[in-house]
Parts: sequence; structure tokens; C-alpha cells
Amino acid sequence: MDPTQDLRRTLVRTVAERVIAHADELTRLDQAVGDGDHGVNMKRGLEAVLADLDAIAAKPLGEGLKAAGMHMVGRVGGASGPLYGTLLMGLGKALADVPDRAALAAAFRAAIDATRARGKSDVGMKTMLDVLVPVAETLEAGGEGVLQAVRARAAAAAAATAPMLAVRGRASFLGERSRGHVDPGARSSQLMIEAVCDVLEARP
Amino acid sequence: MTAPGNGKVGIVIVSHSPLVAQGAADMVRQMVGDDVPCAATGGNPAGGLGTDPNRIREAIEAVWSEAGVAVFVDLGGAEMNAEMAIEMLEGDRAGRVRICNAPVVEGAVVAATEAAGGAALDVVCATAEELSP
Repeated sequence: MDPTQDLRRTLVRTVAERVIAHADELTRLDQAVGDGDHGVNMKRGLEAVLADLDAIAAKPLGEGLKAAGMHMVGRVGGASGPLYGTLLMGLGKALADVPDRAALAAAFRAAIDATRARGKSDVGMKTMLDVLVPVAETLEAGGEGVLQAVRARAAAAAAATAPMLAVRGRASFLGERSRGHVDPGARSSQLMIEAVCDVLEARP
Repeated sequence: MTAPGNGKVGIVIVSHSPLVAQGAADMVRQMVGDDVPCAATGGNPAGGLGTDPNRIREAIEAVWSEAGVAVFVDLGGAEMNAEMAIEMLEGDRAGRVRICNAPVVEGAVVAATEAAGGAALDVVCATAEELSP
């Protein structure tokens, strides 16, 4: 078997299983600031991704990510479907099959821009962008130990959404009461990024 | 679901709740009868509260005519899923589908009344959007 196919399979499976394992936590976070469906919605979308894992892993990286994105769009049913779907499809569109760090950083930035447009949102609004954009900066900077740096930046950025005031999505209805809770979308983004770092660090 | 045709702008109602979507469509039909093609969709793919881009696309196609389609959505995810649905449409149909920035129930009823008189898509949407502050 193509060795990159094995890596693709491990990446997709690890990311999906990591978020599914935290579905209850994501739901609790979303009950605090949203409508309480983020965990169960992500789980439903990612289970559809896992059910199609063989076909996804057999495709070139970009095509596989697009297919995973389509599953998220088709199965999630909430705002996270089009948002993560747009992110994954945007990554898929921009990625070569075996990207280096610079290519990955450029593709990640393009995918984030598409997600920003989809959500009509921006950094500082207590959303997934508050994790994705800082991580993109760290990835662009590169250097020794970039995976460790990405992991640390994602964790700090997710935690930093807690004091923010939500201005997009259902959480914005809460106004000042949205402060004090980590944004569920920021947390699910952090979980996915950590899972990717885990897989890449464990490569022989 | 009302059959498309007669060159009138179609109405699609999208809510997180299938009951809300159906109820709004019932009100549209009471106002304008079957003169304006109207479709409603709500609920996520698993049957819970939410929206489903594939079913939104089907709803748009069901009421499609060259006159175009005005789409009414309730909350954030519904708008994004409607955008995804519009992007999935074939050919250049996306250019003649508009998501109206108006309340679902009042907007759909006002838009359907306007559409029944044969108004163009821009006018139908503009009239509904007058309801939004």
C-alpha cells in the first residue's frame, strides 16, 4: 500500500475519533453559550467521515479532504457543518498530495479565509477563527519544534476565547453572559489541531 | 409543496424546526393559494432541530423557475446551509436565488403576496426586507 495512504487514514481517523471522544464536553460548552448541539452535530458529521474512511484515505490528500468536508456539510445540520465543511474543502482545494510546511501553511490560510467569509466573522468574535488564525501564524513562522509551537498556540488561543464577548452565532444573543466560557467551536478546532500534531509527531 | 411554473418567483422557507417551516408555508398558502410555488424544509439530517443543505437544495429545485427563488431562513446555521445549498445548484441558477434578510414568517408571507402579483425577484426580496429594521 502507498505509505501516504496509511498516513492519510491515520490522520482522518485520529482527528475524527478525538472530537467524537470529546462530544459531551463540546455539548456542555455549547449549552453554556449556544444551543447545546455542537458535540452531537460534530459527532454525527465525523461518524459519516469515519464510515467512508477507506474511500477518503484512498484518494489524494486534497480530494480526501474535500470528500470529508462534503460529509460534514451533508450530515452536521448546524452551523458547524458549513463552517468545518468549508474549512476542509478549502484545504482540499489548495493542498498538494505531500505538502511541505510552507505549502500547508498557505493552504491553511486560504481555507481559513473561505471559512471567515462563510461565517461572515473575524478574529476576536469568540469563534473557531480565534484558534485557527493564531495557529496559521505559528505554522507560517515555522522553525524548529513547529508542531509543539502549534499545539501550545492552539491551547492558549482556545482558552483565550473564554473572556471574549460573542458577536456571531447563537452565543451573541447572550450578550455579556457569553463571557466566561470557552467557545465550543474554538475548542473543537483545538482538538482537531492537536490530533493532527499527535499523528505528525508520531511519524517514524 | 406547490408546483412550480407560471413564471412567478418561488418561495423557500428554511427553519431549524420542520414544524415552524411547515407552519409558515401553510400561512403563505392561506394568503396566496397555490399561485406562488412554495416549499418548506426544516430539521437536521438525523431528524432533530437544524437544517440540511441537501434538502434546502431540493426545496429550491422544487419551486424553481426562471423567475428565481426567494429563500427565508431563521438562525445562523440555516443561512450558511442555505448558502451551501445555493452553491450546489446546477448551471447559473445560483444567480437567481436570493436569501432574504427578513423574518421567516412575515417575510415569506409578504414576499409571496408580492410574487403572486408577478413582481421580479429583486422587488419580492426588497419588499420582504423592508420588514427588517
